[in-house]
Amino acid sequence: MVVSMDFLRPASLAEALELKAANPDAVPIAGGTDVMVELNFDKRRPAALLDLGRVPELATWRAENGRVRLGATVPYTRIVDELGDVLPGLAMAARTVGSPQIRNRAGVGGNLGSASPAGDAHPPLLATGADVEVASTRGTRTVPIGEFFLGPKRSALAADELVTAVLVPVAAGPQQFAKVGTRNAMVIAVCSFGLALDTTRRTVGTGIGSAGPVPLRAAAAEDFAAEVLPWDEPAANTLTDDTAKEFGELVAAAARPIDDVRGSAAYRRHALAVLARRTLRWAWQDVSGR
Amino acid sequence: MRVTIEVNGERRTADDVWPGESLLYVLRERLGLPGAKNACEQGECGSCTVYLDDTPVCACLVAAGQAEGRSVRTVEGLAGGDGLDPVQEAFVATGAVQCGFCTPGLIVAAHELVHRDPGATDAEIREALAGNLCRCTGYEKILDAVRLAAAKKAGERA
Ligand SMILES: Cc1cc2nc3c(=O)[nH]c(=O)nc-3n(C[C@H](O)[C@H](O)[C@H](O)COP(=O)(O)OP(=O)(O)OC[C@H]3O[C@@H](n4cnc5c(N)ncnc54)[C@H](O)[C@@H]3O)c2cc1C
Ligand code: FES
Ligand code: FES
Repeated sequence: MVVSMDFLRPASLAEALELKAANPDAVPIAGGTDVMVELNFDKRRPAALLDLGRVPELATWRAENGRVRLGATVPYTRIVDELGDVLPGLAMAARTVGSPQIRNRAGVGGNLGSASPAGDAHPPLLATGADVEVASTRGTRTVPIGEFFLGPKRSALAADELVTAVLVPVAAGPQQFAKVGTRNAMVIAVCSFGLALDTTRRTVGTGIGSAGPVPLRAAAAEDFAAEVLPWDEPAANTLTDDTAKEFGELVAAAARPIDDVRGSAAYRRHALAVLARRTLRWAWQDVSGR
Repeated sequence: MRVTIEVNGERRTADDVWPGESLLYVLRERLGLPGAKNACEQGECGSCTVYLDDTPVCACLVAAGQAEGRSVRTVEGLAGGDGLDPVQEAFVATGAVQCGFCTPGLIVAAHELVHRDPGATDAEIREALAGNLCRCTGYEKILDAVRLAAAKKAGERA
């Protein structure tokens, strides 16, 4: 049976929003690295595809008011090449996504659209306190990243809305990202962790991936580290083993992992404690090296 | 729907394309270009790698309509009138081809690397080819091929 499908090709953001409002069932397609897998395997037969690949407003980034406004379709390859200095955590995460071919096409808008708990962009966005900018013909609103994910593959996006950008604060200190998987390339994270230190405000941000129904922050770990890190004496040896260990345990305690084919809940908790401890050490070394 | 793409320098048109169809399907089944291979259809193996506007992509993950009006270069478009591309020659010379199924995708990925960075280190070569799987060679001869092609390219530029 041949099912008909429309292919909608807006040339501007205004046109894209109008088409989305008129066709709320249309599935946006950016890099296609999630959407095409579903189509190729007959898992999805949408009434229409809405190609975002020709919407220039979504394909650029710029710095504004201490933040980077990163368009939804800027591919990971450009994030790695162009934003390593200002958004180091997100650039590190982008470098671990899939393969060069995947990074050449896929971007943050699609990662958010899929809203997988394993999406690699999510931990650094949580750790930096980013906002998601979404738009429809009704207007534009920003959703704090912590309120964007509602459940596995469910987000705060309404049927007529598109993600237009993420607004990510420019780094004010060292950032790290680490991910556990079976090989270096092409792995969905068993679990992942993003860390952002703000040495001016003396705060610590965290993001946990693949260890809960949604990407999570570890608020207790953030408060603990902000409190006990020896901000006045930033030398590598001023971060004690006890502090690093306690931080790791608080991160693990914030996770809500499940057993699945990629790993058990217990393993995920253990691995997260290790990742959190290590990334805190690396980041603190960077503070002292500055 | 009708899709018009510049393929290997020529304007090509395919009719009756289903809007959910991949660029890979259009190239192979509608335009008679079986070079890019179909193995996994989920971006994992890289055997369908082609250039889309000078960027290597998995053709199985590009909707045909997204390629409308853009330029695509497949392995068929690499060899010139006077014979194989140097990257292809290097694969032959080093014995980097066994069953050959992965070869077209690897050639395109290697071609892009050799042109972008002929001085690539082994680690950079591995990274550039991380999206291409080969079940036969164990990769060592493929690395030899890329090193050979890169050295030749670097020599040309020097
Ligand atoms: C081989 C392979 C390896 C992968 N490895 C990783 C990995 O290591 N880490 C990782 O995180 N992901 C990985 N992925 C998943 C995928 O690449 C990412 O989720 C990517 O960020 C999706 O981006 P895209 O532009 O390709 O999205 P698309 O496939 O185009 O879209 C994804 C979803 O988001 C929606 N969408 C897209 N753009 C918007 C928008 N602007 N507004 C609203 N909705 C939108 C789409 O409708 C769809 O539901 C991998 C995928 C493959 C095939
Ligand atoms: S067929 Fe496209 S990556 Fe395997
Ligand atoms: S030569 Fe057979 S898969 Fe590579």
